[in-house]
Amino acid sequence: MSENERAARNRKITKIIMWIVLLILFIMIVFPFIMVVINVFKTKADINSHPLALIGKHGFTTKNFPKAMKKMHFWRVFGNSLIITLSSTVLTLLLSAMCAFVLVRNKWKACTLLFTMMIASMVIPFQVLMVPLVSFYGGLLNVLNHRLTLILMHTGFSLSMATFLYHGAIHTNIPLELEEAALIDGCTRWQTFWKVVYPLLTPTTATVAIIDAMAFWNDYLLPSLVLTDKSLYTIPIATQVFYGTFSTDIGLILAALLMAMLPILILYVFLQKYIVAGVTSGAVKG
Amino acid sequence: MKRNTMSYKVRQFLMFAGIPTVLFIGVIIIPFIYGLYLTFTSWDGVSKAKPFVGLSNYAAAFSDTAFWTAMGKTVLYSAISVVLVNVLAFLLAYLVTSGIKGQNFFRAGFFIPNLIGGIVLGYVWKFVFNRAFVTIGKSLHIGFMETSWLATPAGAIACLIIVSVWQYAGYMMLIYVAGFMSVPKSLIEASQIDGCTKSQATWKVIVPLMRASFVECLFLTITRCFMVYDVNLSLTKGEPFNSSVLAAMHVYNQAFTYKNYGVGQAEALILFIVCAVVGVLQVQIGRKGEVGA
Repeated sequence: MSENERAARNRKITKIIMWIVLLILFIMIVFPFIMVVINVFKTKADINSHPLALIGKHGFTTKNFPKAMKKMHFWRVFGNSLIITLSSTVLTLLLSAMCAFVLVRNKWKACTLLFTMMIASMVIPFQVLMVPLVSFYGGLLNVLNHRLTLILMHTGFSLSMATFLYHGAIHTNIPLELEEAALIDGCTRWQTFWKVVYPLLTPTTATVAIIDAMAFWNDYLLPSLVLTDKSLYTIPIATQVFYGTFSTDIGLILAALLMAMLPILILYVFLQKYIVAGVTSGAVKG
Repeated sequence: MKRNTMSYKVRQFLMFAGIPTVLFIGVIIIPFIYGLYLTFTSWDGVSKAKPFVGLSNYAAAFSDTAFWTAMGKTVLYSAISVVLVNVLAFLLAYLVTSGIKGQNFFRAGFFIPNLIGGIVLGYVWKFVFNRAFVTIGKSLHIGFMETSWLATPAGAIACLIIVSVWQYAGYMMLIYVAGFMSVPKSLIEASQIDGCTKSQATWKVIVPLMRASFVECLFLTITRCFMVYDVNLSLTKGEPFNSSVLAAMHVYNQAFTYKNYGVGQAEALILFIVCAVVGVLQVQIGRKGEVGA
Protein backbone atom coordinates (compact mmCIF):
# COMPACT_ATOMS: atom_id res chain seq x y z
CA MET A 1 0.00 0.00 0.00
CA SER A 2 1.41 3.37 -0.93
CA GLU A 3 1.86 6.22 1.52
CA ASN A 4 -1.02 8.14 -0.04
CA GLU A 5 -3.48 5.31 0.19
CA ARG A 6 -2.65 4.74 3.85
CA ALA A 7 -3.13 8.43 4.62
CA ALA A 8 -6.44 8.43 2.81
CA ARG A 9 -7.58 5.37 4.74
CA ASN A 10 -6.53 6.91 8.05
CA ARG A 11 -8.48 10.03 7.23
CA LYS A 12 -11.52 7.95 6.45
CA ILE A 13 -11.24 6.07 9.75
CA THR A 14 -10.90 9.33 11.68
CA LYS A 15 -13.99 10.65 9.94
CA ILE A 16 -15.98 7.56 10.89
CA ILE A 17 -14.85 7.74 14.53
CA MET A 18 -15.77 11.43 14.67
CA TRP A 19 -19.13 10.66 13.17
CA ILE A 20 -19.82 7.94 15.75
CA VAL A 21 -18.83 10.29 18.60
CA LEU A 22 -21.19 12.91 17.22
CA LEU A 23 -24.00 10.39 16.92
CA ILE A 24 -23.54 9.22 20.52
CA LEU A 25 -23.53 12.82 21.76
CA PHE A 26 -26.60 13.54 19.67
CA ILE A 27 -28.47 10.60 21.19
CA MET A 28 -27.51 11.86 24.65
CA ILE A 29 -28.89 15.29 23.81
CA VAL A 30 -32.22 14.04 22.48
CA PHE A 31 -32.60 11.18 25.00
CA PRO A 32 -34.81 13.13 27.45
CA PHE A 33 -37.11 14.19 24.63
CA ILE A 34 -37.35 10.63 23.36
CA MET A 35 -38.25 9.49 26.87
CA VAL A 36 -41.09 11.99 26.99
CA VAL A 37 -42.39 11.06 23.55
CA ILE A 38 -42.42 7.28 24.09
CA ASN A 39 -44.00 7.52 27.52
CA VAL A 40 -46.63 10.09 26.81
CA PHE A 41 -48.68 7.52 24.89
CA LYS A 42 -48.71 4.98 27.74
CA THR A 43 -50.98 4.44 30.70
CA LYS A 44 -49.81 5.46 34.15
CA ALA A 45 -49.18 1.85 35.14
CA ASP A 46 -47.06 1.18 32.06
CA ILE A 47 -44.95 4.28 32.60
CA ASN A 48 -44.26 3.19 36.15
CA SER A 49 -43.39 -0.40 35.28
CA HIS A 50 -41.66 -0.03 31.91
CA PRO A 51 -40.54 3.55 31.18
CA LEU A 52 -38.07 2.36 28.55
CA ALA A 53 -40.45 0.19 26.51
CA LEU A 54 -41.56 1.66 23.20
CA ILE A 55 -45.19 0.62 23.69
CA GLY A 56 -46.74 -0.23 27.03
CA LYS A 57 -48.45 -3.53 27.92
CA HIS A 58 -51.81 -1.82 27.96
CA GLY A 59 -51.20 -0.49 24.49
CA PHE A 60 -51.16 2.87 22.84
CA THR A 61 -53.25 5.61 24.40
CA THR A 62 -53.79 9.30 23.75
CA LYS A 63 -55.91 9.77 26.85
CA ASN A 64 -53.18 11.71 28.65
CA PHE A 65 -53.57 14.68 26.35
CA PRO A 66 -57.21 15.70 26.87
CA LYS A 67 -56.85 15.12 30.62
CA ALA A 68 -53.70 17.21 30.84
CA MET A 69 -55.21 19.94 28.67
CA LYS A 70 -58.18 20.12 30.97
CA LYS A 71 -56.10 20.20 34.11
CA MET A 72 -53.68 22.91 32.98
CA HIS A 73 -56.42 24.80 31.03
CA PHE A 74 -54.19 24.46 28.00
CA TRP A 75 -55.95 26.78 25.57
CA ARG A 76 -56.26 29.50 28.16
CA VAL A 77 -52.61 29.40 29.22
CA PHE A 78 -51.51 28.98 25.61
CA GLY A 79 -53.52 32.09 24.70
CA ASN A 80 -52.02 34.02 27.60
CA SER A 81 -48.51 33.01 26.59
CA LEU A 82 -49.21 33.95 22.99
CA ILE A 83 -50.67 37.38 23.79
CA ILE A 84 -47.89 38.22 26.21
CA THR A 85 -45.09 36.99 23.94
CA LEU A 86 -46.40 38.67 20.81
CA SER A 87 -47.21 42.01 22.43
CA SER A 88 -43.94 42.20 24.33
CA THR A 89 -41.92 41.27 21.26
CA VAL A 90 -43.62 43.79 18.98
CA LEU A 91 -43.31 46.54 21.59
CA THR A 92 -39.64 45.76 22.13
CA LEU A 93 -38.93 45.79 18.39
CA LEU A 94 -40.59 49.12 17.75
CA LEU A 95 -39.48 50.94 20.88
CA SER A 96 -35.86 49.81 20.89
CA ALA A 97 -35.36 50.66 17.21
CA MET A 98 -36.80 54.15 17.74
CA CYS A 99 -34.69 54.63 20.82
CA ALA A 100 -31.52 53.43 19.10
CA PHE A 101 -32.15 55.77 16.17
CA VAL A 102 -32.23 58.90 18.30
CA LEU A 103 -29.26 57.68 20.35
CA VAL A 104 -27.04 57.03 17.31
CA ARG A 105 -27.82 60.21 15.42
CA ASN A 106 -27.53 62.78 18.19
CA LYS A 107 -24.75 63.70 20.57
CA TRP A 108 -27.04 65.24 23.19
CA LYS A 109 -26.25 64.68 26.84
CA ALA A 110 -29.54 62.86 27.42
CA CYS A 111 -28.66 60.39 24.68
CA THR A 112 -25.20 59.61 26.02
CA LEU A 113 -26.56 59.25 29.54
CA LEU A 114 -29.40 56.93 28.52
CA PHE A 115 -27.18 54.76 26.35
CA THR A 116 -24.51 54.46 29.06
CA MET A 117 -27.12 53.52 31.64
CA MET A 118 -28.61 50.93 29.31
CA ILE A 119 -25.24 49.30 28.64
CA ALA A 120 -24.39 49.31 32.33
CA SER A 121 -27.78 47.85 33.27
CA MET A 122 -27.22 44.83 31.06
CA VAL A 123 -25.04 43.24 33.74
CA ILE A 124 -27.74 43.47 36.42
CA PRO A 125 -29.38 40.07 36.77
CA PHE A 126 -33.11 39.81 37.29
CA GLN A 127 -32.59 38.24 40.71
CA VAL A 128 -31.31 41.59 42.01
CA LEU A 129 -34.41 43.41 40.82
CA MET A 130 -37.16 40.92 41.61
CA VAL A 131 -37.69 41.77 45.28
CA PRO A 132 -37.93 45.55 44.81
CA LEU A 133 -39.94 45.05 41.62
CA VAL A 134 -42.57 43.04 43.45
CA SER A 135 -42.64 45.29 46.49
CA PHE A 136 -42.76 48.48 44.43
CA TYR A 137 -45.35 47.49 41.84
CA GLY A 138 -47.22 45.09 44.09
CA GLY A 139 -46.96 46.69 47.52
CA LEU A 140 -46.92 50.39 46.63
CA LEU A 141 -48.77 50.69 43.31
CA ASN A 142 -50.77 47.47 43.33
CA VAL A 143 -50.64 46.95 39.57
CA LEU A 144 -49.54 43.31 39.53
CA ASN A 145 -51.83 40.61 38.16
CA HIS A 146 -52.44 42.29 34.82
CA ARG A 147 -51.18 41.00 31.51
CA LEU A 148 -50.32 44.56 30.52
CA THR A 149 -48.03 44.96 33.54
CA LEU A 150 -46.12 41.85 32.53
CA ILE A 151 -45.94 42.96 28.89
CA LEU A 152 -44.51 46.34 29.84
CA MET A 153 -42.05 44.75 32.28
CA HIS A 154 -40.87 42.22 29.69
CA THR A 155 -40.38 45.09 27.26
CA GLY A 156 -38.54 47.19 29.83
CA PHE A 157 -36.15 44.36 30.67
CA SER A 158 -35.33 43.56 27.05
CA LEU A 159 -35.01 47.16 25.82
CA SER A 160 -31.35 47.62 26.74
CA MET A 161 -30.10 44.61 24.82
CA ALA A 162 -32.36 45.29 21.82
CA THR A 163 -31.41 48.98 21.71
CA PHE A 164 -27.76 47.97 21.85
CA LEU A 165 -28.18 45.62 18.86
CA TYR A 166 -30.11 48.22 16.83
CA HIS A 167 -27.58 50.88 17.82
CA GLY A 168 -24.79 48.82 16.30
CA ALA A 169 -26.79 48.09 13.16
CA ILE A 170 -27.74 51.71 12.53
CA HIS A 171 -24.22 52.89 13.29
CA THR A 172 -22.54 50.53 10.83
CA ASN A 173 -25.16 49.80 8.17
CA ILE A 174 -27.24 52.92 7.59
CA PRO A 175 -25.43 55.66 5.67
CA LEU A 176 -26.12 59.14 6.95
CA GLU A 177 -26.41 60.39 3.36
CA LEU A 178 -29.50 58.28 2.90
CA GLU A 179 -31.28 60.03 5.76
CA GLU A 180 -30.10 63.44 4.57
CA ALA A 181 -31.49 62.68 1.13
CA ALA A 182 -34.84 61.77 2.67
CA LEU A 183 -34.83 64.96 4.72
CA ILE A 184 -34.07 67.06 1.65
CA ASP A 185 -36.92 65.33 -0.16
CA GLY A 186 -39.21 66.59 2.56
CA CYS A 187 -39.45 63.72 5.03
CA THR A 188 -39.63 64.56 8.70
CA ARG A 189 -37.29 62.67 11.07
CA TRP A 190 -40.24 60.48 12.04
CA GLN A 191 -41.05 59.60 8.41
CA THR A 192 -37.36 59.11 7.58
CA PHE A 193 -37.06 56.61 10.38
CA TRP A 194 -40.14 54.54 9.50
CA LYS A 195 -39.92 54.73 5.72
CA VAL A 196 -36.18 54.67 5.12
CA VAL A 197 -34.26 53.43 8.15
CA TYR A 198 -36.52 50.82 9.74
CA PRO A 199 -36.99 48.70 6.59
CA LEU A 200 -33.20 48.49 6.26
CA LEU A 201 -32.90 47.09 9.78
CA THR A 202 -34.80 43.89 9.01
CA PRO A 203 -31.88 41.50 9.78
CA THR A 204 -31.51 43.02 13.26
CA THR A 205 -35.28 42.99 13.71
CA ALA A 206 -35.26 39.25 12.98
CA THR A 207 -32.45 38.64 15.47
CA VAL A 208 -34.12 40.65 18.24
CA ALA A 209 -37.52 39.10 17.53
CA ILE A 210 -36.15 35.57 17.80
CA ILE A 211 -34.08 36.14 20.94
CA ASP A 212 -36.80 38.02 22.78
CA ALA A 213 -39.79 35.95 21.69
CA MET A 214 -38.04 32.80 22.91
CA ALA A 215 -37.04 34.48 26.16
CA PHE A 216 -40.59 35.76 26.79
CA TRP A 217 -42.24 32.48 25.88
CA ASN A 218 -39.98 30.48 28.20
CA ASP A 219 -39.67 32.95 31.06
CA TYR A 220 -40.85 31.66 34.39
CA LEU A 221 -39.57 33.81 37.25
CA LEU A 222 -40.96 37.20 36.23
CA PRO A 223 -44.40 35.92 35.13
CA SER A 224 -44.70 33.82 38.28
CA LEU A 225 -44.09 36.91 40.40
CA VAL A 226 -46.38 39.20 38.42
CA LEU A 227 -49.26 36.84 37.61
CA THR A 228 -50.60 35.14 40.71
CA ASP A 229 -54.17 34.92 39.42
CA LYS A 230 -54.74 31.45 37.93
CA SER A 231 -56.64 32.75 34.92
CA LEU A 232 -53.57 34.70 33.80
CA TYR A 233 -51.03 31.85 34.03
CA THR A 234 -48.62 31.31 31.15
CA ILE A 235 -47.47 27.85 29.98
CA PRO A 236 -44.31 27.60 32.14
CA ILE A 237 -46.30 28.49 35.27
CA ALA A 238 -49.15 26.15 34.36
CA THR A 239 -46.85 23.10 34.17
CA GLN A 240 -46.49 23.44 37.92
CA VAL A 241 -50.10 22.58 38.69
CA PHE A 242 -49.23 18.91 38.18
CA TYR A 243 -46.79 18.91 41.06
CA GLY A 244 -49.40 19.67 43.67
CA THR A 245 -50.06 17.99 46.98
CA PHE A 246 -52.04 15.17 45.40
CA SER A 247 -50.39 12.09 43.93
CA THR A 248 -48.79 13.04 40.66
CA ASP A 249 -50.07 11.37 37.51
CA ILE A 250 -46.88 11.09 35.48
CA GLY A 251 -48.74 10.52 32.19
CA LEU A 252 -50.49 13.84 32.51
CA ILE A 253 -47.26 15.61 33.41
CA LEU A 254 -45.50 14.24 30.33
CA ALA A 255 -48.41 15.26 28.11
CA ALA A 256 -48.29 18.76 29.57
CA LEU A 257 -44.52 19.00 29.12
CA LEU A 258 -44.77 17.82 25.53
CA MET A 259 -47.48 20.36 24.78
CA ALA A 260 -45.38 23.07 26.39
CA MET A 261 -42.43 22.16 24.17
CA LEU A 262 -44.24 21.48 20.90
CA PRO A 263 -45.05 25.02 19.72
CA ILE A 264 -41.44 26.12 19.85
CA LEU A 265 -40.12 22.84 18.44
CA ILE A 266 -42.52 23.07 15.49
CA LEU A 267 -41.38 26.63 14.84
CA TYR A 268 -37.79 25.45 15.05
CA VAL A 269 -38.34 22.92 12.28
CA PHE A 270 -39.34 25.72 9.91
CA LEU A 271 -37.23 28.61 11.14
CA GLN A 272 -34.19 26.64 12.24
CA LYS A 273 -31.72 28.56 10.07
CA TYR A 274 -32.98 31.93 11.30
CA ILE A 275 -33.15 30.90 14.93
CA VAL A 276 -29.61 29.56 14.98
CA ALA A 277 -28.30 32.62 13.11
CA GLY A 278 -30.29 35.01 15.30
CA VAL A 279 -29.16 33.53 18.57
CA THR A 280 -25.53 33.41 17.45
CA SER A 281 -25.39 37.00 16.24
CA GLY A 282 -27.22 38.17 19.35
CA ALA A 283 -24.77 36.36 21.62
CA VAL A 284 -21.65 37.40 19.77
CA LYS A 285 -22.58 41.07 19.79
CA GLY A 286 -23.91 41.06 23.32
CA MET B 1 -36.41 74.34 10.72
CA LYS B 2 -34.65 75.21 13.94
CA ARG B 3 -32.57 72.16 14.78
CA ASN B 4 -30.61 73.63 17.62
CA THR B 5 -33.30 74.93 19.91
CA MET B 6 -33.84 73.17 23.19
CA SER B 7 -37.49 72.53 22.49
CA TYR B 8 -36.66 70.79 19.19
CA LYS B 9 -34.19 68.53 20.95
CA VAL B 10 -36.60 67.69 23.74
CA ARG B 11 -39.41 66.96 21.28
CA GLN B 12 -37.19 64.74 19.15
CA PHE B 13 -35.88 62.86 22.15
CA LEU B 14 -39.33 62.31 23.63
CA MET B 15 -40.83 61.30 20.31
CA PHE B 16 -38.29 58.52 19.73
CA ALA B 17 -36.99 57.63 23.15
CA GLY B 18 -39.73 58.84 25.49
CA ILE B 19 -41.60 55.59 26.09
CA PRO B 20 -38.43 53.45 26.09
CA THR B 21 -36.87 55.74 28.69
CA VAL B 22 -39.94 55.56 30.92
CA LEU B 23 -40.05 51.75 30.70
CA PHE B 24 -36.32 51.40 31.22
CA ILE B 25 -36.31 53.64 34.26
CA GLY B 26 -39.50 52.11 35.61
CA VAL B 27 -38.42 48.51 35.32
CA ILE B 28 -34.68 48.68 35.99
CA ILE B 29 -33.52 51.96 37.53
CA ILE B 30 -36.34 52.46 40.05
CA PRO B 31 -36.27 48.85 41.30
CA PHE B 32 -32.48 48.98 41.53
CA ILE B 33 -32.53 52.10 43.69
CA TYR B 34 -35.59 50.99 45.62
CA GLY B 35 -33.79 47.69 46.20
CA LEU B 36 -30.83 49.49 47.73
CA TYR B 37 -33.25 51.34 49.98
CA LEU B 38 -34.95 48.07 50.98
CA THR B 39 -31.66 46.65 52.24
CA PHE B 40 -31.64 49.33 54.94
CA THR B 41 -35.14 48.54 56.20
CA SER B 42 -36.72 45.56 57.88
CA TRP B 43 -39.84 45.19 55.81
CA ASP B 44 -42.03 42.10 56.13
CA GLY B 45 -43.78 42.56 52.80
CA VAL B 46 -47.18 43.27 54.30
CA SER B 47 -47.22 46.19 56.70
CA LYS B 48 -47.00 49.81 55.59
CA ALA B 49 -44.16 50.53 57.96
CA LYS B 50 -40.63 50.03 56.72
CA PRO B 51 -38.49 50.62 59.82
CA PHE B 52 -34.97 51.86 59.08
CA VAL B 53 -32.43 49.41 60.44
CA GLY B 54 -29.12 50.65 59.08
CA LEU B 55 -26.65 47.96 58.10
CA SER B 56 -28.16 45.17 60.15
CA ASN B 57 -29.51 43.40 57.05
CA TYR B 58 -26.01 43.14 55.66
CA ALA B 59 -24.80 41.89 59.04
CA ALA B 60 -27.59 39.31 58.96
CA ALA B 61 -26.67 38.33 55.41
CA PHE B 62 -23.01 37.88 56.31
CA SER B 63 -23.89 35.73 59.32
CA ASP B 64 -26.59 33.74 57.47
CA THR B 65 -24.93 30.33 57.31
CA ALA B 66 -27.64 28.93 55.02
CA PHE B 67 -26.85 31.69 52.51
CA TRP B 68 -23.13 31.01 52.54
CA THR B 69 -23.71 27.26 52.27
CA ALA B 70 -25.86 27.98 49.22
CA MET B 71 -23.15 30.29 47.86
CA GLY B 72 -20.51 27.60 48.37
CA LYS B 73 -22.64 25.07 46.52
CA THR B 74 -23.31 27.59 43.76
CA VAL B 75 -19.59 28.20 43.32
CA LEU B 76 -18.91 24.45 43.23
CA TYR B 77 -21.78 23.81 40.84
CA SER B 78 -20.77 26.73 38.61
CA ALA B 79 -17.09 25.79 38.51
CA ILE B 80 -17.78 22.21 37.44
CA SER B 81 -20.56 23.18 35.02
CA VAL B 82 -18.56 25.97 33.38
CA VAL B 83 -15.59 23.68 32.71
CA LEU B 84 -17.70 20.80 31.43
CA VAL B 85 -19.98 23.01 29.29
CA ASN B 86 -17.04 24.63 27.57
CA VAL B 87 -15.06 21.44 27.04
CA LEU B 88 -18.09 19.72 25.55
CA ALA B 89 -19.12 22.77 23.53
CA PHE B 90 -15.64 23.13 22.08
CA LEU B 91 -15.52 19.44 21.19
CA LEU B 92 -18.94 19.70 19.52
CA ALA B 93 -17.92 22.81 17.61
CA TYR B 94 -14.73 21.09 16.45
CA LEU B 95 -16.67 18.07 15.25
CA VAL B 96 -19.41 19.99 13.44
CA THR B 97 -16.96 22.24 11.59
CA SER B 98 -14.73 19.42 10.40
CA GLY B 99 -16.71 18.92 7.22
CA ILE B 100 -18.45 15.78 8.43
CA LYS B 101 -21.56 14.52 6.68
CA GLY B 102 -24.72 15.92 8.25
CA GLN B 103 -22.93 18.58 10.30
CA ASN B 104 -25.74 21.09 9.88
CA PHE B 105 -28.23 18.54 11.14
CA PHE B 106 -26.08 17.91 14.21
CA ARG B 107 -25.63 21.63 14.83
CA ALA B 108 -29.38 22.15 14.77
CA GLY B 109 -29.94 19.11 16.99
CA PHE B 110 -27.47 20.11 19.68
CA PHE B 111 -29.14 23.48 19.97
CA ILE B 112 -32.59 22.05 20.79
CA PRO B 113 -32.24 22.20 24.61
CA ASN B 114 -31.85 25.98 24.39
CA LEU B 115 -35.24 26.38 22.79
CA ILE B 116 -37.05 25.25 25.88
CA GLY B 117 -37.37 27.01 29.19
CA GLY B 118 -35.55 25.88 32.30
CA ILE B 119 -38.76 24.99 34.14
CA VAL B 120 -39.90 22.50 31.51
CA LEU B 121 -36.39 21.08 31.03
CA GLY B 122 -36.08 20.53 34.76
CA TYR B 123 -39.33 18.58 34.87
CA VAL B 124 -38.35 16.51 31.84
CA TRP B 125 -35.05 15.56 33.45
CA LYS B 126 -36.72 14.88 36.77
CA PHE B 127 -38.69 12.19 35.00
CA VAL B 128 -35.56 10.85 33.31
CA PHE B 129 -33.55 10.72 36.56
CA ASN B 130 -36.38 9.29 38.66
CA ARG B 131 -37.79 6.72 36.24
CA ALA B 132 -35.65 6.05 33.17
CA PHE B 133 -32.24 5.91 34.84
CA VAL B 134 -33.57 3.89 37.76
CA THR B 135 -35.14 1.37 35.38
CA ILE B 136 -31.90 1.07 33.42
CA GLY B 137 -29.97 0.63 36.66
CA LYS B 138 -32.31 -2.04 37.98
CA SER B 139 -32.52 -4.06 34.80
CA LEU B 140 -28.76 -4.02 34.24
CA HIS B 141 -27.96 -4.24 38.00
CA ILE B 142 -25.78 -1.14 37.98
CA GLY B 143 -25.53 -0.39 41.70
CA PHE B 144 -25.29 3.40 41.68
CA MET B 145 -28.16 3.74 39.21
CA GLU B 146 -30.69 1.61 41.09
CA THR B 147 -31.89 4.50 43.19
CA SER B 148 -32.66 7.99 41.93
CA TRP B 149 -29.68 10.33 42.03
CA LEU B 150 -32.06 13.09 43.00
CA ALA B 151 -32.59 11.41 46.37
CA THR B 152 -29.12 12.15 47.76
CA PRO B 153 -27.62 15.61 48.42
CA ALA B 154 -24.48 15.04 46.33
CA GLY B 155 -26.53 13.34 43.63
CA ALA B 156 -28.94 16.25 43.39
CA ILE B 157 -26.09 18.71 42.76
CA ALA B 158 -24.62 16.30 40.22
CA CYS B 159 -28.01 16.16 38.47
CA LEU B 160 -28.10 19.97 38.33
CA ILE B 161 -24.66 19.96 36.74
CA ILE B 162 -25.65 17.29 34.21
CA VAL B 163 -28.73 19.24 33.14
CA SER B 164 -26.82 22.53 32.89
CA VAL B 165 -24.08 20.96 30.79
CA TRP B 166 -26.68 19.34 28.58
CA GLN B 167 -28.60 22.61 28.30
CA TYR B 168 -25.80 25.07 27.55
CA ALA B 169 -23.35 22.96 25.53
CA GLY B 170 -25.30 23.45 22.31
CA TYR B 171 -25.55 27.19 22.77
CA MET B 172 -21.86 27.65 23.50
CA MET B 173 -21.12 25.31 20.59
CA LEU B 174 -22.67 27.89 18.25
CA ILE B 175 -20.35 30.60 19.57
CA TYR B 176 -17.32 28.34 19.18
CA VAL B 177 -18.49 27.45 15.68
CA ALA B 178 -18.56 31.17 14.87
CA GLY B 179 -15.05 31.36 16.30
CA PHE B 180 -13.82 28.49 14.13
CA MET B 181 -15.37 30.12 11.07
CA SER B 182 -13.72 33.47 11.82
CA VAL B 183 -10.21 32.03 11.55
CA PRO B 184 -9.04 32.78 7.99
CA LYS B 185 -8.53 29.68 5.85
CA SER B 186 -5.31 31.17 4.47
CA LEU B 187 -3.66 31.07 7.91
CA ILE B 188 -4.46 27.40 8.35
CA GLU B 189 -3.14 26.62 4.90
CA ALA B 190 -0.02 28.65 5.56
CA SER B 191 0.62 26.73 8.77
CA GLN B 192 0.19 23.43 6.94
CA ILE B 193 2.62 24.49 4.24
CA ASP B 194 5.05 25.30 7.05
CA GLY B 195 4.68 21.69 8.17
CA CYS B 196 2.01 21.76 10.88
CA THR B 197 0.00 18.59 11.39
CA LYS B 198 -3.75 18.93 11.69
CA SER B 199 -3.74 18.86 15.48
CA GLN B 200 -0.85 21.32 15.63
CA ALA B 201 -2.79 23.67 13.37
CA THR B 202 -5.77 23.36 15.70
CA TRP B 203 -3.94 23.99 18.96
CA LYS B 204 -1.23 26.40 17.83
CA VAL B 205 -3.11 28.47 15.24
CA ILE B 206 -6.88 28.17 15.53
CA VAL B 207 -7.33 28.04 19.31
CA PRO B 208 -5.18 31.11 20.09
CA LEU B 209 -7.09 33.06 17.45
CA MET B 210 -10.39 31.98 19.05
CA ARG B 211 -9.55 33.50 22.41
CA ALA B 212 -12.41 35.99 22.14
CA SER B 213 -14.88 33.11 21.79
CA PHE B 214 -13.50 31.44 24.91
CA VAL B 215 -13.73 34.66 26.91
CA GLU B 216 -17.31 35.18 25.79
CA CYS B 217 -18.47 31.62 26.41
CA LEU B 218 -16.87 31.57 29.84
CA PHE B 219 -18.52 34.88 30.72
CA LEU B 220 -21.95 33.68 29.55
CA THR B 221 -21.71 30.33 31.34
CA ILE B 222 -20.37 31.83 34.57
CA THR B 223 -23.11 34.45 34.81
CA ARG B 224 -25.84 31.97 33.88
CA CYS B 225 -24.68 29.32 36.33
CA PHE B 226 -24.34 31.77 39.22
CA MET B 227 -27.88 33.01 38.71
CA VAL B 228 -29.56 29.66 37.97
CA TYR B 229 -33.06 29.40 39.35
CA ASP B 230 -35.57 27.75 36.97
CA VAL B 231 -33.86 24.38 36.65
CA ASN B 232 -33.05 24.39 40.35
CA LEU B 233 -36.73 24.90 41.15
CA SER B 234 -38.20 22.32 38.81
CA LEU B 235 -35.50 19.65 39.02
CA THR B 236 -34.74 19.50 42.74
CA LYS B 237 -36.81 22.22 44.43
CA GLY B 238 -33.90 22.38 46.88
CA GLU B 239 -34.52 18.84 48.03
CA PRO B 240 -33.45 16.53 49.61
CA PHE B 241 -33.51 18.41 52.94
CA ASN B 242 -32.71 21.80 51.41
CA SER B 243 -29.33 20.43 50.33
CA SER B 244 -29.57 21.57 46.73
CA VAL B 245 -30.73 25.14 47.37
CA LEU B 246 -28.47 27.32 45.23
CA ALA B 247 -27.90 31.01 45.89
CA ALA B 248 -30.66 32.45 43.71
CA MET B 249 -33.21 30.10 45.22
CA HIS B 250 -32.05 30.99 48.71
CA VAL B 251 -32.57 34.68 47.89
CA TYR B 252 -36.04 33.93 46.56
CA ASN B 253 -36.99 31.93 49.65
CA GLN B 254 -35.50 34.47 52.03
CA ALA B 255 -37.56 37.27 50.49
CA PHE B 256 -40.79 35.67 49.33
CA THR B 257 -41.16 32.60 51.55
CA TYR B 258 -39.78 33.88 54.86
CA LYS B 259 -40.73 37.50 54.11
CA ASN B 260 -37.32 38.89 55.03
CA TYR B 261 -37.29 41.34 52.15
CA GLY B 262 -34.40 43.42 53.45
CA VAL B 263 -32.09 40.48 54.14
CA GLY B 264 -33.11 38.80 50.88
CA GLN B 265 -32.31 41.89 48.85
CA ALA B 266 -28.98 42.36 50.65
CA GLU B 267 -28.10 38.76 49.78
CA ALA B 268 -29.17 39.29 46.17
CA LEU B 269 -26.77 42.23 45.94
CA ILE B 270 -23.94 40.20 47.45
CA LEU B 271 -24.61 37.39 44.96
CA PHE B 272 -24.62 39.91 42.11
CA ILE B 273 -21.35 41.48 43.23
CA VAL B 274 -19.62 38.10 43.60
CA CYS B 275 -20.85 37.04 40.16
CA ALA B 276 -19.87 40.35 38.55
CA VAL B 277 -16.38 40.28 40.09
CA VAL B 278 -15.75 36.73 38.89
CA GLY B 279 -17.13 37.53 35.43
CA VAL B 280 -15.16 40.75 34.98
CA LEU B 281 -11.92 39.24 36.32
CA GLN B 282 -12.29 36.39 33.86
CA VAL B 283 -12.77 38.81 30.97
CA GLN B 284 -9.78 40.91 32.08
CA ILE B 285 -7.48 37.91 32.37
CA GLY B 286 -8.82 36.41 29.15
CA ARG B 287 -8.34 39.56 27.10
CA LYS B 288 -4.75 40.10 28.25
CA GLY B 289 -3.18 37.62 25.89
CA GLU B 290 -5.55 38.13 23.00
CA VAL B 291 -3.91 37.88 19.61
CA GLY B 292 -5.13 39.20 16.30
CA ALA B 293 -5.01 37.42 13.00
